[in-house]
Amino acid sequence: MAKEPIKEELLQSISYKAPKTFWMDTPAQIKPGMFCWGAKAKSLNVVGMPNARDWNPLDEDWKLPENWQEILIEGLRERLDKYRSLRLFLDICVRCGACADKCHFYIGTGDPKNMPVVRGELMRSIYRKYFTTPGKVFGKLAGARELDLQVLKEWWTYFFQCTECRRCSVFCPYGIDHAEITIAGRELLNLLGLNIEWIQGPVSNCYMKGNHLGLEPQTIVSNVEFMVDDIETLTGIRINPTFNRKGAEILFVTPSGDLFADPGTYTCMGYLMLFHELGLDYTWSTYASEGGNFGFFTSNEMAKRLNSKIYAEAKRLGVKWILGGECGHMWRLVHQYMDTWNGPAGFLEVPKSPITGTVFDNAKSTKMTHIIEFTADLIKHGKLKLDPSRNDHLKVTFHDSCNTARGMGVFEEPRHVLKNICRNFYEMPRETIKEQTFCCGSGSGLNAGEDMELRLRGGLARANAVKYVHDKHGVNMLANICAIDRASLTTSMNYWVPGVTVAGVHELVANALVMTGEKKRETDLRGEPLPAPEDQTSVSARAVAQPEGEKAGGEANV
Amino acid sequence: MYNGGKIIAGLVIFLGLVTFPIYYSVGKANPHPSPSLDTPAINQMKVKHCVESRSFMRANHMRLLRGWMQTVLSGKGCVYVSSTGEKYDMSWDTCWNCHSSKKQFCDRCHQYMAVDLPCWKCHSEPNT
Amino acid sequence: MKALLPFLAVVFLVLLVIAGVKAAGLYFIFGVLVPYAAAAAFLLGFVYRVVKWGKTPVPFHIPTTCGQQKSLSWIKPNGIENPSGTGGVVIRMLLEVLLFRSLFKNRKTKMKGEYLVYGWAPWLWLAGMAFHWSFLLIVIRHLRFFFQSVPAAVQSLEHLDSILNWGVPALYITDVIFLVAVTYLFLRRVTLSQMKAISLPADFFPLFLLLGIGTSGVLMRYQTRVDVVGVKELVMGLVSLHPSVVSGIGTIFYVHLFLISALFAYFPWSKLVHAGGVFLSPTRNLSNNSRVARHVNPWSYPVKVHTYEEYEDDFREKMKMAGVPVERE
Repeated sequence: MAKEPIKEELLQSISYKAPKTFWMDTPAQIKPGMFCWGAKAKSLNVVGMPNARDWNPLDEDWKLPENWQEILIEGLRERLDKYRSLRLFLDICVRCGACADKCHFYIGTGDPKNMPVVRGELMRSIYRKYFTTPGKVFGKLAGARELDLQVLKEWWTYFFQCTECRRCSVFCPYGIDHAEITIAGRELLNLLGLNIEWIQGPVSNCYMKGNHLGLEPQTIVSNVEFMVDDIETLTGIRINPTFNRKGAEILFVTPSGDLFADPGTYTCMGYLMLFHELGLDYTWSTYASEGGNFGFFTSNEMAKRLNSKIYAEAKRLGVKWILGGECGHMWRLVHQYMDTWNGPAGFLEVPKSPITGTVFDNAKSTKMTHIIEFTADLIKHGKLKLDPSRNDHLKVTFHDSCNTARGMGVFEEPRHVLKNICRNFYEMPRETIKEQTFCCGSGSGLNAGEDMELRLRGGLARANAVKYVHDKHGVNMLANICAIDRASLTTSMNYWVPGVTVAGVHELVANALVMTGEKKRETDLRGEPLPAPEDQTSVSARAVAQPEGEKAGGEANV
Repeated sequence: MYNGGKIIAGLVIFLGLVTFPIYYSVGKANPHPSPSLDTPAINQMKVKHCVESRSFMRANHMRLLRGWMQTVLSGKGCVYVSSTGEKYDMSWDTCWNCHSSKKQFCDRCHQYMAVDLPCWKCHSEPNT
Repeated sequence: MKALLPFLAVVFLVLLVIAGVKAAGLYFIFGVLVPYAAAAAFLLGFVYRVVKWGKTPVPFHIPTTCGQQKSLSWIKPNGIENPSGTGGVVIRMLLEVLLFRSLFKNRKTKMKGEYLVYGWAPWLWLAGMAFHWSFLLIVIRHLRFFFQSVPAAVQSLEHLDSILNWGVPALYITDVIFLVAVTYLFLRRVTLSQMKAISLPADFFPLFLLLGIGTSGVLMRYQTRVDVVGVKELVMGLVSLHPSVVSGIGTIFYVHLFLISALFAYFPWSKLVHAGGVFLSPTRNLSNNSRVARHVNPWSYPVKVHTYEEYEDDFREKMKMAGVPVERE
């Protein structure tokens, strides 16, 4: 892991005043702390990606194929014909500058090439040179330039300094989404074997073993067993999750990060406790044991290859519908891509909550429901006994994940849940939540260790908004519904806002969940002592007694 | 997904709108406004001329008249000396003496150009 | 430098047309051929560009959702910022195209003490709106040159536009707004640090063209008068496809006409095609219904996957040891 930069120095190094030299005349610098290591030959080979070899981004020679320019140009041509978004976004940008200061990487670095518009220009300049008449004729005067090694290294540097969060596209008057440019840029780089190992490793793991972390079936089972033990210690209740069980009503898919390390594991315990309390007829899968999809940060084809396992497993097991855990980019893909890639899922039924009878018509075709929709529905119907006082030691704010925010619009469901399971909830400033939310700084496969400075810089905007509610309201808990958030925001908070911890919403649900036959809880899921009991009894009695009604629902909608 | 139908419909509407003046006007008679100079006074003139040159009057008559009005109202006299040194009374009558028909002269171009004049709010039109 | 060359290019165009009509008397070229060629380049080019986009598929359903999704019956969805059906998309697109709604959300990011703040920054939006709308109204006003009998709506607009009744001929409000807005759009590119960093010659060229068109138009109306009847005769000749050279129109009119021709000819081959492109933007013109109805990718092809059977072959013994059911013992 790269050395952590000193906070004050980092802050002082950020200037939004652009340097005198034009970006096109400024070669990209590949700086330690700001990039991830190159993809290894063995990881590329597992999935048959081209130009597999070991290479070092710091070396002058990237061991590229002889005709790499041709490969890239032809690759771009192919994608221009396949994606209207790409062709259109390369054509119509007017460089109005509205997006310039909307990117968390620009906010955290002040580097002009992290303005979304310039990230687009990195590719647009090449597009002009090889695909448009003005660019061919007028060259640099028309904003065009030759594709040389310097440009390639610039592409690599900056397409791996974008987390595809789509915040720029909210403010663009034409909806130009620079994630589309980055996605295409990374696909093109992958034609030359120029992925990063932090993405390629999980991709090859996921392809062979079913999940990014490479957890084999017995490890998945034993990891869950550990959590089951912890739950028993906490509640006195022994629960028995099943794996790859045919005939279950529901297949549950969540990011493998939730099975592996805290704080994700606490969220996972939350799922286990909730499903047990509901008596849900569901199964885990060790084959489709990954909700996330680093393939999406590699190429569209790779994403489709990895995603195929979810429907395939649902079909094999004969489940009725699929429930998905808390994850960001997983849900962008489930929501906007999965049905197109690997559907139609005619073998499944429209999701219907067996507890409330609610039919999730919004997933009529895809047949996959977000757990936050599922749980919000449970709470609305008063199906959960909740004691929010068990979260009284927490002052909670909610981080909207980029993908569920700008690729779905999941805003009120998590807020409804949070407002019913904890009593201290504070929103961050309007410009930093919901559709304007900031990335954690480590999305799209950039949550490695070696690019720590980049991640901390990218995380500044989000962290600064947390700092605001931390200073103002004493917020000490950053809730979210994303596995990468849980890992990366923990790092970001430790650096920027010490004293704020990070949790998935379902960890907090399980804290508040009064389970049938449970023993008196002494601690929360993390082993932290619960708030003083005299508060607890009075409040919990009230909270438990009060059925979930219109009033609470209305408040949650505010 | 192409949405070809919607795109073509949009293009047709766009092209229809921007080319509307063309197919609205094509093939139609396109008469020039030709203000009439056929008045007794003009016919009697040996050398036909206005207070200033024809091309100046075409482009600037309204400013000239406006200038006359301002000069007269501010009491700075009522005689206009043209660029050729001729003297004219700064009065509508100077105009009406030759251009005795508003309909045949003024209105021709003003209607063609859809110019709406404030002149006749105060001034009366010539009788003819 | 990035601004100077486009400026010189526009100056060159102005000198070219002045030399052409004043010195060489090429009225037919600048009065008839150039406008026709520009109109053809504009129409064909615009259609070409849109058709090219149209022939490129939208393989995935990628709206940018800027409001609450339609999910549970008791959660109020934001039907405009996150439309679930065609109606919402139409409203979203109308707001985008007519009111630049996304741009209105623009905020300026600044570090203030310990905190990042997001300040109100309506100026780009305001200037953009002012420029586009005044330009549109000016174009509509010009329709009096394009119809033998001028439509009443055009006359009413003209009345409204000159309602201040300043000077003779009366000042058009849109003329002032247009020039102020375009000047602002130019100034921000040469004064704001971030704008300096991103601007290209291709950003300045259309601005200078617009300034040239506006200035020549304003001069023609308020200063160096031309024979407007002659202008209309020329234009009517052009639109009725019976073009003829009309003598006695001032040179400044040809400057105006030539710069307009240049703008229209340049339009489809430049960033100005955003006018058509905005309608095709897949982050804006799709409803957020991708879990309700399957979006079909026309170029979808089968991919190599790692099947469950292969997986079980790799891990069968381990699965059995861990008590995970297998297909084949």
